[in-house]
Amino acid sequence: MSVKTELTTPVKVVEKEEKIAKEKSENLTGILFVSPMLIGVSVLVLLPIFATFALSFADWSFITPLSQLKWVGFDNFTRLFEDTVFLKSLRNNAIFVLTVPICMAISLLIAVTIDRNVYLKGFFKVAFFMPYISSVVAIAVVWQVLFHPSQGPINQVLMSLGIENPPLWIADPNFALISIMIIQVWISIGFNMIIYLAGLQSIPRDLYEAADIDGANAWVKFRHITLPMISPTSFFLFITGIISTFKVFDLIAVLTKGGPMNSTSMIVWNLYDTAFVNLKIGYASAMAVVLFIVVFGITVFQWIGQKKWVNY
Amino acid sequence: MANSLIIRKSIITVIMLVCSVLFLLPFVWMLSTSFKIEADVFKFPIQWIPERWNGFKNYQEVWFGDYPFYVYYWNTIKVTVITTCVSVVVSALAAYGFSKVKFPFGKFLFMIVLATYMVPPQAILVPQFILFRKIGLFDSHFGLILLGSFSVLGTFMLRQFFMSIHNDYIEAAKIDGAGHWRIFWSIALPIVKPAIATYGILRFIWTWNDYQNPLIFLRTDSLLTIQIAMQKFTTINGEFYSLIMAAAVSAILPLVIVFIIGQKQVIEGIALGGVKG
Repeated sequence: MSVKTELTTPVKVVEKEEKIAKEKSENLTGILFVSPMLIGVSVLVLLPIFATFALSFADWSFITPLSQLKWVGFDNFTRLFEDTVFLKSLRNNAIFVLTVPICMAISLLIAVTIDRNVYLKGFFKVAFFMPYISSVVAIAVVWQVLFHPSQGPINQVLMSLGIENPPLWIADPNFALISIMIIQVWISIGFNMIIYLAGLQSIPRDLYEAADIDGANAWVKFRHITLPMISPTSFFLFITGIISTFKVFDLIAVLTKGGPMNSTSMIVWNLYDTAFVNLKIGYASAMAVVLFIVVFGITVFQWIGQKKWVNY
Repeated sequence: MANSLIIRKSIITVIMLVCSVLFLLPFVWMLSTSFKIEADVFKFPIQWIPERWNGFKNYQEVWFGDYPFYVYYWNTIKVTVITTCVSVVVSALAAYGFSKVKFPFGKFLFMIVLATYMVPPQAILVPQFILFRKIGLFDSHFGLILLGSFSVLGTFMLRQFFMSIHNDYIEAAKIDGAGHWRIFWSIALPIVKPAIATYGILRFIWTWNDYQNPLIFLRTDSLLTIQIAMQKFTTINGEFYSLIMAAAVSAILPLVIVFIIGQKQVIEGIALGGVKG
């Protein structure tokens, strides 16, 4: 009896030690695998987020040394909501969100049409996707010339159609935002269409076959099968679309620089202009915090909404 | 019945062809203008096929003129290729670690990484800028590459694929004495090759198209990438629209080539994750 225990215990201990050693090495490997990513994210994203929040309570400029930094509490935020340019930027952002449903409607129409009703489906996918993969700077420059007030092809066509005073597009404060929205819709159609096409694949065929037997026409099928069945995709596109309108920067930077008369200024442009042109770090960080909170709010809304409103 | 269906399908195809041509007219205009002499650019009715060809001279001016594109092309290729490679490696390692190795707080750490995806890049620009100035990465390709190398999206995408590898494979390999590095290299990576190709192509396109980071983190003219060079070229050549269009064609061309070669991967990748920029 006693001999037996004496024999087994060391073996068990060795096994246990081996197990612990194995676990330790497994832990170490795991951490080694993920460490490049973790270090990168910590230094380049997490640290800057905290810094942004901290700096938003400070009054500091790039040109002054760090010792000149003054803590001003919520001062930046109170100033922000009296700042007409910032409020205008917020309003422009709100208007710009309209591009999302417009783009979704056009994309769904295209997706439904090319899904089963055409030859050359592959060609159409590539054609409508082209603007999305093309460089925004190049696209913006092309549209800038197309929109040229007096000689641009768009206005020449309009004039030849008998419209005497066509809009000046990006040169006109009343039309500049609309012009940029048109370009944004044109760019995003491809992305929305591809996601919709993928969504359409997941609708069971027999639903349509059953509707055919009942003699439903195309519109009824679209309204009562496609639209409800595709609602998760629509919801996803709606949310990601709204978030991406808050990140529109390239188009504004190349085409209008927020002008004319701030008619195309949006939060992100305003932030860039404040930080890197006017060098007001604290004030720009307060804008960044507002931007962050808006995007965070929309994301939370998506989490809750996904369960509540998606129609299945 | 079958005949009427074919006719219907053909008619819709023709209508859609017309729509897609209208949709792509800005590209057609860009391409045709890049071959024109300046005086013909705004001729109306629009000359879709130039009457007087000046393509060679236009492209020569863009590529080897005062603002030589070959320099910026080289910079962009360098930054894009290195960023893509580093990003794929970092993402694949992290994706494997987060899905196939058990270690304390693994899930928690993954949630943190995933949560940072929500942060709008513009909201952290200022601290990134200050940091890069302090540690001397400002105005260097290395800094720009670092900024694009840690992709949450890539990690997420590849992790989804690693998850689909059955754990039995890995257990079996472990019993045969293989460590995680061996398993990663010789079992896991080959299985997810298609996903890596998809992500690699997307990352290539996004990095090539990146305008914001080079705008803020590069200053020296000779280091600029094609997007910034394109804008500067436009400012300098203000009224020479044929030259500007030749530059635009040059900036877009590599993307079109990469896209057409990898269109299946790009479209599937986009559809799969619903991923964006």
